[in-house]
Amino acid sequence: MSQVNLTINGIPVQAKAGMTILEAAKTVGIDIPTFCHDPELAKVGACRICVVEVAGARNLPAACTVPVAEGMVIQTETERVRAARKTILNLIWANHPQDCLVCEKTGSCKLQDYSYRYGVSGSIYKGQKKEIPFDDTNPFFFRDLNKCILCGKCVRKCHDINGVGAVDFMWRGFKTMVTTPFDVPIEESSCVFCGMCVDVCPVGALTPKQGLGQGRSFEVDKVFTTCPYCGCGCTLYLNVKNDKIVGVTPNFEGPINGHLCVKGRFGWDFVDSPDRLKTPLIKKGGQFVEAGWDEALDLVAEKFKEVRAQYGADALGGFSSARCTNEDNYLFQKLLRVLGTNNVDHCARL
Amino acid sequence: MSHRRILFCAGTGCISSGALKTRDALVSELEKRGIRDQYEVVLSGCHGFCEQGPLLIVHPEDTFYCGVQPEDMAELIDEYLLNGRVVERLLYKDPVTGERTSDHMKIGFYAKQKRLVLHNCGVIDPENINEYIGTKGYEALKAALKMERTAIIDEVKRSGLRGRGGAGFPTGMKWEFTFKTPGDKKYIVCNADEGDPGAFMDRSVLEGDPHAVLEGMIIAGYAIGADEGYVYVRAEYPLAVKRLRIAITQAEEFGFLGSNIMGTGFNFKINIKEGAGAFVCGEETALLASIEGERGMPRPRPPFPAISGLWGKPTCLNNVETFANIPLIIREGADSFASVGTERSKGTKIFALTGKINNTGLAEVPMGMTMREIIFDIGGGIRDGKQFKAVQIGGPSGGCLPAELLDLPIDYDSLTQAGAMMGSGGLVVMDENTCMVDLARYFLTFTQNESCGKCTPCREGTKRMLEALERITEGKGESGDIPMLEELANSIKDSSLCGLGQTAPNPILSTLRYFRHEYEEHILEGKCSAGVCRNLVTYHIDAEKCTGCRACTRVCPVEAITGDKKQPHEINIQVCIKCGACMEKCKFDAVILK
Ligand SMILES: Cc1cc2nc3c(=O)[nH]c(=O)nc-3n(C[C@H](O)[C@H](O)[C@H](O)COP(=O)(O)O)c2cc1C
Ligand code: SF4
Ligand code: SF4
Repeated sequence: MSQVNLTINGIPVQAKAGMTILEAAKTVGIDIPTFCHDPELAKVGACRICVVEVAGARNLPAACTVPVAEGMVIQTETERVRAARKTILNLIWANHPQDCLVCEKTGSCKLQDYSYRYGVSGSIYKGQKKEIPFDDTNPFFFRDLNKCILCGKCVRKCHDINGVGAVDFMWRGFKTMVTTPFDVPIEESSCVFCGMCVDVCPVGALTPKQGLGQGRSFEVDKVFTTCPYCGCGCTLYLNVKNDKIVGVTPNFEGPINGHLCVKGRFGWDFVDSPDRLKTPLIKKGGQFVEAGWDEALDLVAEKFKEVRAQYGADALGGFSSARCTNEDNYLFQKLLRVLGTNNVDHCARL
Repeated sequence: MSHRRILFCAGTGCISSGALKTRDALVSELEKRGIRDQYEVVLSGCHGFCEQGPLLIVHPEDTFYCGVQPEDMAELIDEYLLNGRVVERLLYKDPVTGERTSDHMKIGFYAKQKRLVLHNCGVIDPENINEYIGTKGYEALKAALKMERTAIIDEVKRSGLRGRGGAGFPTGMKWEFTFKTPGDKKYIVCNADEGDPGAFMDRSVLEGDPHAVLEGMIIAGYAIGADEGYVYVRAEYPLAVKRLRIAITQAEEFGFLGSNIMGTGFNFKINIKEGAGAFVCGEETALLASIEGERGMPRPRPPFPAISGLWGKPTCLNNVETFANIPLIIREGADSFASVGTERSKGTKIFALTGKINNTGLAEVPMGMTMREIIFDIGGGIRDGKQFKAVQIGGPSGGCLPAELLDLPIDYDSLTQAGAMMGSGGLVVMDENTCMVDLARYFLTFTQNESCGKCTPCREGTKRMLEALERITEGKGESGDIPMLEELANSIKDSSLCGLGQTAPNPILSTLRYFRHEYEEHILEGKCSAGVCRNLVTYHIDAEKCTGCRACTRVCPVEAITGDKKQPHEINIQVCIKCGACMEKCKFDAVILK
């Protein structure tokens, strides 16, 4: 691909033709703020926080959508640019609750980060704020649309990545909101609760219920692991505080999916459940009794032998689980064939 | 006279003032007299002079009657059609001189117009393709199909035609870009969304001369290599949609549209897409999204539609009036076209005159005419003898220009320089009783409601500007409001995604530029000189004029008016709710605002 020469903040930059200003700036370590941009999603240029000054342009174009061109001279932090960004932040704050002290998002909120960066504390504008009822209708996340800044990332994730399209823009002007068709509660919509929207929301509009009040992003350790729910092998970070899982972050860079499904995203309460089995149980005198692994495995082997001796190998059958890895499943069928039967099946085939 | 033709204007304006009923009355009166077959009764497109509707013209002598009602028809037949005695009372009466005339070209409203694009409107039956062909219709297409594609584009470029949809982009250049973009599928799109409040030139062209638009689109299709076109027209224009459908069917039957057009092997089909009437869907990328079935929200440009438009294909999108100019350019030649207009704005422009002006309606004038000529010569001046104050040009994205600029020759560049914009050509005229802050508030209410909600500066910023204007007009303005408005307005212009947001602050910036004192007066003195902002005016009775007739005391709903019979009355401003009932009732103009 051909190269384009331009300067950003006085630095000469060689960029690939077709790159946006935002991408080109990144290659030389210049960070331009964004709310609505996501490398995986269509470029919409909606939030306008990424506006920059391009010599010769009448307005301030959005860095996230405008492609680089030969000889472009770009400034990303001039007074005019900073003024426009401050106005945008002020406008957002004029229509946003000011409850950062109790907001789950504090510490990982882009609105906070950029307000800090541009010295904006609250809004110079006063007036009406939106008052949309809090949506608490599902077991997985809260929807507080009063905090929504309408970046539209959740909409694009839901439509273009997941393919569900449970939410979209509704109304126009100040009334504009991102919601379900006919504004029904999310529980009654076609939402499958994959939580992709929760993971891209730059502010506190979509908050997981798990870990509520148990620690902000900067208080948790992120433990890298692979999801145990199925053989796909999506990787993720368990957010751990005081040896307890308080949340989950997908591994956006992961080679597999880069997203999670409802189970991997939200289904972690089993870990600390009192009902969870931690040792094998053997029924003795009509009662399950905790046992060691050697004892349990010996018992199973012995019973297999008995059955095979009495009824033949085909009296045995193995039924495996989608929660096992491919390797586990391979070994499992191997085991059964060694026992002398081809009776192997798997729950995902049903 | 052997054959006479009676034309009824059947634009939406005249139809709503009763043209069809009058037509029916005429037909039945003719039948009663057994002379129906001696007259051809035709429904034409809009004549432009909606103020005077329903309009009726008798050919061949071209007698112009206005305000014709069903009960006038018997007299019209017996006196005029049968006996040649003009029915004076139905002729147009000049509001200034009081003179009546039967020759509509002598009427001020028409005399200074140059009706090139509108030459068929009000003259032919738009539902009959033969009438269009009879006025040189489809000759341009015939000629174009014999030309090189690039020669057509060059002709359009040379004509200097600029887009009539608002921004004034050179049409030939747009065609050239689309022509040069590689692609085996290309589209032509006609923007008939016409969202500016008060503008209706596109509707009139579609209703009065739909084939001109189709012919322009077909020529464009041939020139850039497209085989399919869309007309995006708002569903609130049912008559335009109906006539377009008829025109498309007839053009197909006559071989001007469809496969193998006029035996040249060129194929072109035209679809109609009805829009649901969002203002933002007039913005080209939102319009394309809407045709695709998406929510009408603007998309970032680049890529421009010429590169990636409808369904990602190279698309040439022009306004109705732009397309309607094309047959003219090809038929009469670029030079003839360019002989009208100014240095950088060629041809004519249709304006919709509304507001406090005598002759409301549509007027087509050469570019470069001054506002004074348009408003006073064509528009007949200000209603009720009031003073001209300002004119809003270009709809909600335009600006408000004061009396000092009345002699400004109107073209794309002069208007932009003056802080307004050609827009679609809406002209809203205001008199001394208009409050400029209130006017800005009105337009901001519109743009805020119509903001698509996609980008932050427009969605949130217009709301805050509107709230500030509401505060000021309610008498709650603060001294910091003016600089705040200016800063915010410039920021919104600078950083909005599409033209809606980029121009939404214009009404504020232009009124601040030319009528700043009115803002200051509201904020600092708590006064609204125009007497519009209710919170800032008080009602009083002029003791000199009051005759003590008691008319006002009877209508005041809160009994705020006291006074003995035949003695000057007084209004208790503590009690008064400023409903204005007394002012309306008083025959002696004794109720005044302070
Ligand atoms: C908010 C907004 C509304 C618009 N509405 C219209 C419209 O109603 N009709 C129109 O022709 N152009 C409208 N435009 C301009 C179009 O985007 C586009 O520039 C035009 O249709 C191109 O045609 P032209 O080159 O023939 O003028 C609008 C633009 C904006 C930003
Ligand atoms: S909910 Fe979050 S991700 Fe969705 S539009 Fe609002 S701010 Fe953006
Ligand atoms: S400027 Fe207004 S109308 Fe245009 S994209 Fe932004 S919000 Fe939508």
